Amino acid sequence: MDNLSFGLAMTLVGMGGTLLSLWVLTLFMRALKKLFPLKAGEGTGEGRANP
Amino acid sequence: MSELLLNSFSFLLSGFVALTWQQVVMMAVGCLLLWLGIAKGYEPLLLLPIGFGAVLVNLPLTGLMEQEGLLRFFYDWGVLTEVFPCLIFVGIGAMTDFGPLLQRPSILLLGAAGQFGIFLTLALALALGFTQLEAVAVGVIGACDGPTAIYVTSKYAPQLLGPVSVAAYSYMSLVPLLQPPVMRALTTKREREIAMRGSKESVSRPVRVVFPVLVTIITCLIAPKGAPLMGMIMLGNLMRESGVVGRLLGAAENEIPNVITLLLGISIGATMQAEQFLRWATLLVLMLGLVAIVLDTAAGVLFGKLMCLLTKGAVNPLIGAAGISAYPMAARVAQTEGRKYNKRNYLLMHAMGANTGGQIGSVMAAGIMLSILQGLGLG
Repeated sequence: MDNLSFGLAMTLVGMGGTLLSLWVLTLFMRALKKLFPLKAGEGTGEGRANP
Repeated sequence: MSELLLNSFSFLLSGFVALTWQQVVMMAVGCLLLWLGIAKGYEPLLLLPIGFGAVLVNLPLTGLMEQEGLLRFFYDWGVLTEVFPCLIFVGIGAMTDFGPLLQRPSILLLGAAGQFGIFLTLALALALGFTQLEAVAVGVIGACDGPTAIYVTSKYAPQLLGPVSVAAYSYMSLVPLLQPPVMRALTTKREREIAMRGSKESVSRPVRVVFPVLVTIITCLIAPKGAPLMGMIMLGNLMRESGVVGRLLGAAENEIPNVITLLLGISIGATMQAEQFLRWATLLVLMLGLVAIVLDTAAGVLFGKLMCLLTKGAVNPLIGAAGISAYPMAARVAQTEGRKYNKRNYLLMHAMGANTGGQIGSVMAAGIMLSILQGLGLG
């Protein structure tokens, strides 16, 4: 594969793929927040353990 | 007898005799890294072992990087096998709070824009004559993520490991100097003054616990080759958020990254042997690394401007610059710049969200690159 095709493929698919994947992730993150809403009286839920 | 004594004595001087000017130059480079780490405080945890490794490996006749040499053992066992960068990621995941990102998921897109520099630099590296796999390694400096850069480079262009890792870590520490001019050049004073509302919305514990598992499954289905990196960072984060493995979390936050950082640093320093490092390609890699980070910042800020436009001025474009993996420096830079133009502006939490998005984004971008390479039959 010549450098031009390789560069184009990597740049377009790479940039597009990264943006698309992270957009998909934002959708899942929104769904997750709807599925597990913060209940009244619940803190931030920061799950730090006591070592 | 006198001849025996003379021979024995001359052996003591053999190191001096074997020393070349190139090795002296590289020892000076090692000392420069030590100075930057110790006196200037730039990434001392990394620059100190890297700088010392560079000095050690350029001392003649030590055999440290020859077969069975101590540094060769560290390098072969930890870097070539990609074990060190993956273990570092467990620590990064354990220390990262994805809370600000979960509060405002759309900020994750800034973490994608912050990776565009990787691909643009890759194209530039190809134009400058690097081979295709070398260009991938050079481009990944734009991830602003040391372990990712090491992981990809050791896989595809181990001959560039020294310059790529030095560039990745040095520029990461120079983010506070490199980013502000780009941020100012691409934004108007009015945009920089935009005050972002604090998010009142909090995130429940189940969301925090499920998040790392979900991210692992989705991202690894999209880009399976990125699984070692994403899997490890999310394993570390799951340990943090689950709250049930305190001992493991303690190790992931302290002992594991401490030991691995030491071994990784000295192994990278060991790749800075004069005959491999003093080349025209090294200078080009360092230059392209700089370009990569500038392009990342520019792409992030421009995407921030787009978000600002779409949200009718609710997003300050400066937080776009934090969409890189240099955590938490890039977020602090956005906060500092924002406060310069509006004293009542607190961008830190939003910038932290973009910054953690940048961590996910950089690993995702690397995973996608590796998967494309595999698809093209080069991986």
